Amino acid sequence: MIRMTDVFKEYANGTKALKGVTFELNTGEFAFLVGPSGSGKSTIIRLLIGEIAPSDGTVIVNGQDMDNIKMRKMPFLRRTVGVIFQDFRLIENKSVYENIAFAMRVIGASAKDIRQRVPYLLELVGLEFKAKAKPDELSGGEQQRVAVARALVNNPRLIIADEPTGNLDPARSLEILLLLKKINELGTTVLVVTHEKPLVDQFSQRVIAIDGGRIISDGMDGYYNYESE
Amino acid sequence: MRVNRNRTFYYIKEGISSIFNHSLMSFASICIIVAFLIIMGSFILLAVNINAIIGELENDNIILAYIHENVPESEARAIEHTLRSIPNIASVVFIPREEAFENFMRRYDEEDRFADIDYTVFRHRYAIYVEDVALIEDTQQELRYIPELASNSANLAIAQTLVNIRNVVSWISIIIIAVLLAISLFIMSNTIKLATYERREEIAIMKMVGATNSFIRWPFIFEGFILGITGSLVAYLSIIGLYSLTAGWVLDFEAGFFQLVVFSNVSVPLFLLFTAIGFGVGVGGSVFALNRYLNV
Repeated sequence: MIRMTDVFKEYANGTKALKGVTFELNTGEFAFLVGPSGSGKSTIIRLLIGEIAPSDGTVIVNGQDMDNIKMRKMPFLRRTVGVIFQDFRLIENKSVYENIAFAMRVIGASAKDIRQRVPYLLELVGLEFKAKAKPDELSGGEQQRVAVARALVNNPRLIIADEPTGNLDPARSLEILLLLKKINELGTTVLVVTHEKPLVDQFSQRVIAIDGGRIISDGMDGYYNYESE
Repeated sequence: MRVNRNRTFYYIKEGISSIFNHSLMSFASICIIVAFLIIMGSFILLAVNINAIIGELENDNIILAYIHENVPESEARAIEHTLRSIPNIASVVFIPREEAFENFMRRYDEEDRFADIDYTVFRHRYAIYVEDVALIEDTQQELRYIPELASNSANLAIAQTLVNIRNVVSWISIIIIAVLLAISLFIMSNTIKLATYERREEIAIMKMVGATNSFIRWPFIFEGFILGITGSLVAYLSIIGLYSLTAGWVLDFEAGFFQLVVFSNVSVPLFLLFTAIGFGVGVGGSVFALNRYLNV
């Protein structure tokens, strides 16, 4: 599903963001990637969604080597990966329904499929009565649930959530993580990137900790050895 | 290529709704196209009218070809066919010596002074109209090979002046239109860049969920197309109105000294030009402005 082998990343300004990162996330797994700001978490996300290429090492996502993928094939790979961001990234002038349906239109889904799939997902994330609302009419937690539904709409094999609770209060944060856990139980591989230690502590899951561009621990039961900010 | 009707409908719908969602930018884009096309159209119409006036003056610039005194009128008339076969000659008019005499008397209006002049002192002649004044000297050269012709004359200085004016007007028109086109493309592309910048988040989201470049591009292309064509139609209708106002003003002011070229003579090429520029600027500007956001 995800395999990073001895990955280095140095940006044009000389910043060495990753210094030999190696980890693997297998099909059906749920894991947290944790670390303080500037530890390299965002660089890993950007490598996984093909925004940037590694300086050295290999990044494989859903069987595809990200360093060798052709630009025209990138959209098709992205369809197999659902991404959730801290700032939700919803299209402001589209309704909740349209924001989710849009991701299906992109892959050429039929109108009939869209009519069947979108209400199912709205129900899954508990927003069936907010289908016509615009993003700015929703709370932060609701907006993030729309983003989760959009990430799921094309049945991706992998969900990457980048600080999905960063803009939410503790109750809403837990709600979103429970939703992601539920999605994982339905068979989707999930990688949650966060720096919120108290939240991670509530789950008995694999935790990959990164600091200074290196993996400093990788284990089960929520253990990691750095202090949350 | 298979055309997906649902998808095409989606592109058009998105293009149209985007125009209304970004109404200020859409309005600005249309205004720029309209302003540019009105200015360019005005220059084109000015150039067309100047060319028409020069064309009329050129028509008055004729070659007079004189027949030898010993050639009888019937033979003189017979060479008309030969004259017509010479390149650059548009038409010829035979003027017998009697008519030439009458024209002379009429022109000077001093019959007493020329009362003792007999019309036989005048030669039969041809008034020769040329197609291109710039080639008038070559045509005169050709005429020298016809034995029945004694000599010919043309006002080369006027001909050359007309040619020079026409060339200068053509060059100035081309330069002004090219400069206007470049300015318009620059402004239009920046306007669309600004509009696209406003929507870079939207484009980034599209890329993130796996949209291909063409899926992202088509709604923008339709949007640019609609804005471009709307701008060109508004400009065309404005030009019709402005031109008819100007034509009316010229008619009143100049009291028939000269008339503007009838608009219907230039309406089709002008319409096609406006539409082509509207299309090119709208669609081309969209594609150009989008490219920087698609390489992710």
